Amino acid sequence: MFDLILTQTLNGLASASSLFLVASGLSIIFGVTRIVNFAHGSLYMLGAYIGWTLVTWLGPTSGLGFWGGVGLAALLVAIIGVVIEVAILRRIYQAPELFQLLATFGVVLMIQDIALATWGAEDKLGPRAPGFKSFVILFDNRFPTYELLLIAIGPLVLALLWFLFQKTRWGTLVRAATQDREMVAALGVNQRLLFTSVFAFGAGLAGLGGALQLPREAATLHMDLSMISEAFVVVVVGGLGSVTGAYLAAVLIGILHAFGILIFPKITLVLVFLVMAVVLVVKPYGLMGRRPVGAARGTATAEPLLRPADRAAKLAGLVALILLAAAPLVTPDYLLLTLTELVIFALFAASLHFMMGPGGMASFGHAAYFGLGAYGAALAVKWLGAPMEPALIFAPFLAGIAGVVFGWFCVRLSGVYLAMLTLAFAQIAWATAFQWVELTGGDNGILGVWPSHWAVSKTAFYYLALAICAACVVLLRVMVFSPLGYALRAARDNPLRTEAIGIDTMRVQWVAFTIAAFAAGIAGALFAFFKGSVFPTYMAIPRSVDALLMVLLGGVQTVSGPIVGAFAYAGLSEQLMKMTMYWRFTLGLSIVLLVVLFPRGLVGGFLALRERRDRSDKDGAVVTRLATEGAP
Amino acid sequence: MSALLEISGLDAYYGRAHILQGVGFGMGRGEVLALMGRNGAGKSTTMKAVMGLVPPARGEIRFDGQRIEGREPFEIARIGIGYVPEERRIFSELSVMENLSVGQRPPREGVPHWTPERLFALFPNLGRMRDRPGGAMSGGEQQMLTIARTLMGNPRLVLLDEPSEGLAPVIVEEMAKTILALKGEGLSILLSEQNLHFAGNVADRAAIIEKGIIRFTGTMAELKADEAIRAQYLSV
Ligand SMILES: Nc1ncnc2c1ncn2[C@@H]1O[C@H](COP(=O)(O)OP(=O)(O)O)[C@@H](O)[C@H]1O
Ligand SMILES: [Mg+2]
Repeated sequence: MFDLILTQTLNGLASASSLFLVASGLSIIFGVTRIVNFAHGSLYMLGAYIGWTLVTWLGPTSGLGFWGGVGLAALLVAIIGVVIEVAILRRIYQAPELFQLLATFGVVLMIQDIALATWGAEDKLGPRAPGFKSFVILFDNRFPTYELLLIAIGPLVLALLWFLFQKTRWGTLVRAATQDREMVAALGVNQRLLFTSVFAFGAGLAGLGGALQLPREAATLHMDLSMISEAFVVVVVGGLGSVTGAYLAAVLIGILHAFGILIFPKITLVLVFLVMAVVLVVKPYGLMGRRPVGAARGTATAEPLLRPADRAAKLAGLVALILLAAAPLVTPDYLLLTLTELVIFALFAASLHFMMGPGGMASFGHAAYFGLGAYGAALAVKWLGAPMEPALIFAPFLAGIAGVVFGWFCVRLSGVYLAMLTLAFAQIAWATAFQWVELTGGDNGILGVWPSHWAVSKTAFYYLALAICAACVVLLRVMVFSPLGYALRAARDNPLRTEAIGIDTMRVQWVAFTIAAFAAGIAGALFAFFKGSVFPTYMAIPRSVDALLMVLLGGVQTVSGPIVGAFAYAGLSEQLMKMTMYWRFTLGLSIVLLVVLFPRGLVGGFLALRERRDRSDKDGAVVTRLATEGAP
Repeated sequence: MSALLEISGLDAYYGRAHILQGVGFGMGRGEVLALMGRNGAGKSTTMKAVMGLVPPARGEIRFDGQRIEGREPFEIARIGIGYVPEERRIFSELSVMENLSVGQRPPREGVPHWTPERLFALFPNLGRMRDRPGGAMSGGEQQMLTIARTLMGNPRLVLLDEPSEGLAPVIVEEMAKTILALKGEGLSILLSEQNLHFAGNVADRAAIIEKGIIRFTGTMAELKADEAIRAQYLSV
């Protein structure tokens, strides 16, 4: 028993090291630039792949070849970080948080395809480290020496980072900028250079983490997302911006994994996210994090107002609806399928927008409710033998109830922390669907979720989906401009004052969270019957990101935004998938370009254009001002 | 020789709010100028516009003859303008020494070269708490630290935003002495102030701003003599 505990602890510590390297880089970058770098897992993956290439090329058997390759890989990834920062991030430091996130997710997609094109789809088995190929015997157990080396590297890097941040001028500047970057600039420090160097440094750490991981596991194309979600957890559990916290959290998560596999092999994933949820509820800013004081200075972009649609917009909506209703008369079958999917996604996006726009609660895990709706429908069909109609009614309640439970936790936080917690809950939902094979069929999903006889034809199902989705979207819209919607916006814009006039802000947000979950559940249930099957991927991170992308593409500040965004995004990705094998790259590039060119989203950009035109009719001078303001 | 700082026709906005409306005034080398006006008149915004922290929409800002509007804050700091913000903005997690080191720039010709030791002679309190985190200091000490931090950049001109605000009377006295000492070193200072008594003690000239428009410029003596102007723009 004792030896088992020992080896599992050592295992946990060894896996904590790479996790720590990635998470500390993420944390440092966030501290200074306030950007949550979704692409950090991709940098880790690049570190592993580039390390593999370099070590193979330099000769894996010589110490110089191996360690030189690992070091060079870290350096190259740092340089890639410089390119990303200079080409993309630098242009969007003033953009809203979520757009920055969107852009970094675009980078994730691009790097996925770059890696696929460069290294192919096969896993790259890592070389063993020369000098660390043997085992030591610990209590009759063989323990690889490389693992021991990794265990040592964690605290070593921690000490190095401590030295760098406490004892060098660069470190002092970084810590100062973490607190107030505008003031640092006013004291004569070139922020650009500082940001670029910080990003390069964080990227280098991720690259090193990836390259060091090679002897333990193969480089694969899935490393990026699995690493980024764990690194998020570590950073949030440790406290954003705290390197020591990141180390503690990495160790905690590493050990949890090691023992979880032993004790509850079915719910290891759930376990990790459960711990995160508990930590966040007890210490909302993480183990070592502090409540952000005065938040990030230098990003004073006020949230634009959410406006009711004017006459023209209402008319446009009506025309769109009529066109959609008339579509089956003229469109071929395959296009009708696409349209059905688009209509369902529009509701999904609108439900996320309801909590994000008026509610100010950005969710990284909205797919959980979409997926729960889908599973609700599938489970009702499979286990209760229910036909489509009652299943469609039952399903959203499953999502809604999850919304009540998860929402209760989430509304206690705000901003990035809330987003991370939603991600954690989505991962729990996903892990449950994935691991509870008896109920959900696990990876194989549930098949045979077909609509009732009358709705089997493509046209009938399309009308069913259109009717339900249009009704729900209109209802959501009505709610945005109801007292609930106003209270929600008040709570978003000034929680203290809202509390002061007697509104229970948490309660309002909780209700909104639940409504959003319920609406997403409706979309999910329709989707299940549309596809005839459900899979855990319905709840996975990429699906949540899809929803985010739709909302952000369309723009948060209008109600029509997410719908336009849903059509633009789903249409775009579908077309891209048909056109090119490297659709991810193209999609990522388009996302990045869109964010750089339209930091307010498509509809927001259109409104800005219109505003500018209106104004130029009245007052030429104001336009010059807008133009200067608009410049970065 | 031209003036050290020359502002003309300066406009600035926060979003759509037109805050500065054609602000213009100048100041000479070695001079202390008090920019006076009520709360919300636009004193801080003027300083931020000079510093490049609020982008000027129109107008000119010349420093030592060079146009500086539209440049980045760090460039403006590097050519010799130091900024001491109203809210102090001390790096609360950093020690006194570290706060100073963030402000450190290479020596500049023709202006005093500041080292921590010289600053501790000027602010003896700071010298006694070199390793204390900025967040654990009193308001007066923090105000001294912000000034010291800015001086570490060896500026030619210092923008001092309401240095006496919120300080105990004894400390205000000390602040006045400090400003005079800095003037004695040959530093030029643009000071924003609501307190006429304090401004009268340290400034050579005054400019009065109201709703983003300059209403008066002249010597301190002229301002003291002009009851009507004072009553209209300064008294609460
Ligand atoms: N960050 C800001 N956003 C919007 N308005 C601001 C901001 N800062 C100041 N203002 C407004 O600009 C005007 C001038 O403010 P300020 O320059 O701070 O005045 P003063 O320093 O003279 O008290 C005031 O009406 C104030 O409300
Ligand atoms: Mg002020």
